[in-house]
Amino acid sequence: MRSFTYERATDTRAAVAAVARPGAKFISGGTNLLDLMKLDVEYPSHLVDISRLPLRDIEELPDGGLRIGAQARNSDVAADPRVRTRYPALSEALVSGASGQLRNKASTGGNLVQRTRCPYFYDTAADCNKRDPGSGCAAIGGFNRIHAILGASESCIATHPSDMAVAMTALDAEIELLRADGSARRVAITDFYRLPGDTPHIETVLGDDEMITGVLLPPPLPGRQVYRKVRDRASYEFALVSVAAVVSADRGTIREARVALGGVAHKPWRSVEAEDALTDRPATMDTYRAAAEAALRGAVGRGHNDFKIELAKRTLCRTLAQAAGASREPVSYPRPDQRAASGGTSQR
Amino acid sequence: MSASDTHAMRRGQGEMAPPSAIKLNINDQVRQLEVDPRTSLLDALREHLRLSGTKKGCDHGQCGACTVLINGRRVLSCLTLAVMHEDDEIMTIEGLGDPDHLHPMQRAFVECDGFQCGYCTPGQICSAVGMLAEVEAGWPSHVTADVSSPRVALTDDEIRERMSGNICRCAAYPNIVAAIRGSAEGGAT
Repeated sequence: MRSFTYERATDTRAAVAAVARPGAKFISGGTNLLDLMKLDVEYPSHLVDISRLPLRDIEELPDGGLRIGAQARNSDVAADPRVRTRYPALSEALVSGASGQLRNKASTGGNLVQRTRCPYFYDTAADCNKRDPGSGCAAIGGFNRIHAILGASESCIATHPSDMAVAMTALDAEIELLRADGSARRVAITDFYRLPGDTPHIETVLGDDEMITGVLLPPPLPGRQVYRKVRDRASYEFALVSVAAVVSADRGTIREARVALGGVAHKPWRSVEAEDALTDRPATMDTYRAAAEAALRGAVGRGHNDFKIELAKRTLCRTLAQAAGASREPVSYPRPDQRAASGGTSQR
Repeated sequence: MSASDTHAMRRGQGEMAPPSAIKLNINDQVRQLEVDPRTSLLDALREHLRLSGTKKGCDHGQCGACTVLINGRRVLSCLTLAVMHEDDEIMTIEGLGDPDHLHPMQRAFVECDGFQCGYCTPGQICSAVGMLAEVEAGWPSHVTADVSSPRVALTDDEIRERMSGNICRCAAYPNIVAAIRGSAEGGAT
């Protein structure tokens, strides 16, 4: 690991000023950053430790929502009674990620800005536009089983690894940011993240002189929330595909829905297309299939990850059925001949 | 981060940061040491303080062998810096118990034969102690049927899920689960 200097921040605004200096970075839980520093993927020359700033609280908002401080640990958020009862999809997403030890350390803000687990990003001998802009993308044409099927570019097909952020996306969260001059702004989580385009090293709209201070959750939609994660192991593994869904159904008709997918794109993938295909439709498998087709219409496989297109559709159907309250209804999936007519394509 | 930042960072390398004199509260003792800021808590324990009970497995937060308790919570000592833990109460396997005064969890592991080579065992035991406190506090897990329920029934599935961050290469898992269950029930026999 390369050498760096360290300071412990005691004042939020001073910390934002301190990170504006070239080569400086915030550290909080450190569970992702220190790993990347050991591998020489990240090499800050100065670390500003923000883990003890007074940003740990989870507070009620006047509108009935919740504000989660950026320094609240993942385990504290998952265990908070208000999160568990009013935003269960967020609690489910958090406990489906990492391990108990990591969740005790990882912060809310750090979880949002954690880096991709693309193995080529981690391998300093490989080309990676995200780690070394302009060098190329070894994942395109390489082993890309875990890579993106939506919103990728010819520069980068990495995915965002967070479970928490997928649930927050379905819950219409806003990210609260603070600048060194004391000015604050709020950004919808869908606008916080960027697609890779030709600048995959710029992952969010967070400025060099900005800090995430909290996450704002509006009052939840009435209805059921579900987070479902599909992965290679039953525990302690990143998602191949995950779905966060909130479904408001009334006497067999879906009134409103929120749908977000994880493991499929450079950012948590909100699917307005799926939501539109659900609104005012009967809560039946045909409707869920139509929503799944709409969500994956532009999906592109890269070879090893072609299976994710079908997997995402099935996971979406299953999750919607559960969220609409029909979890015991037998779930059947499209037959292969129907699948051939569906939207996804493969591009190796 | 922009490409120009990347270059600025690279230019900034090469100077060694001065060592930091820090105080750590470890196993109810205040220990003074001088560390390079890069020193992980794990290396501070093992290399500086000769507390080698905490083990280095992967050094990347994947195996759980380095698990210690900080302020009562289980964390990975390989993925945190020693300089970040002044003012914290750190508990390692040496502080939990010793051969003459075993912690109940240590006794349970011995009685249930919850190990073979023993390398992952200190991490397993620290993790299990922290895990039972989480269950006591009613924290949900990925296998908890209803996360809104304030109580957790400590089934074997719950133990396995909650201990998934501790890998045992000898695969002593059945006996590890038995030891933890026994300890939770107040006796390993």
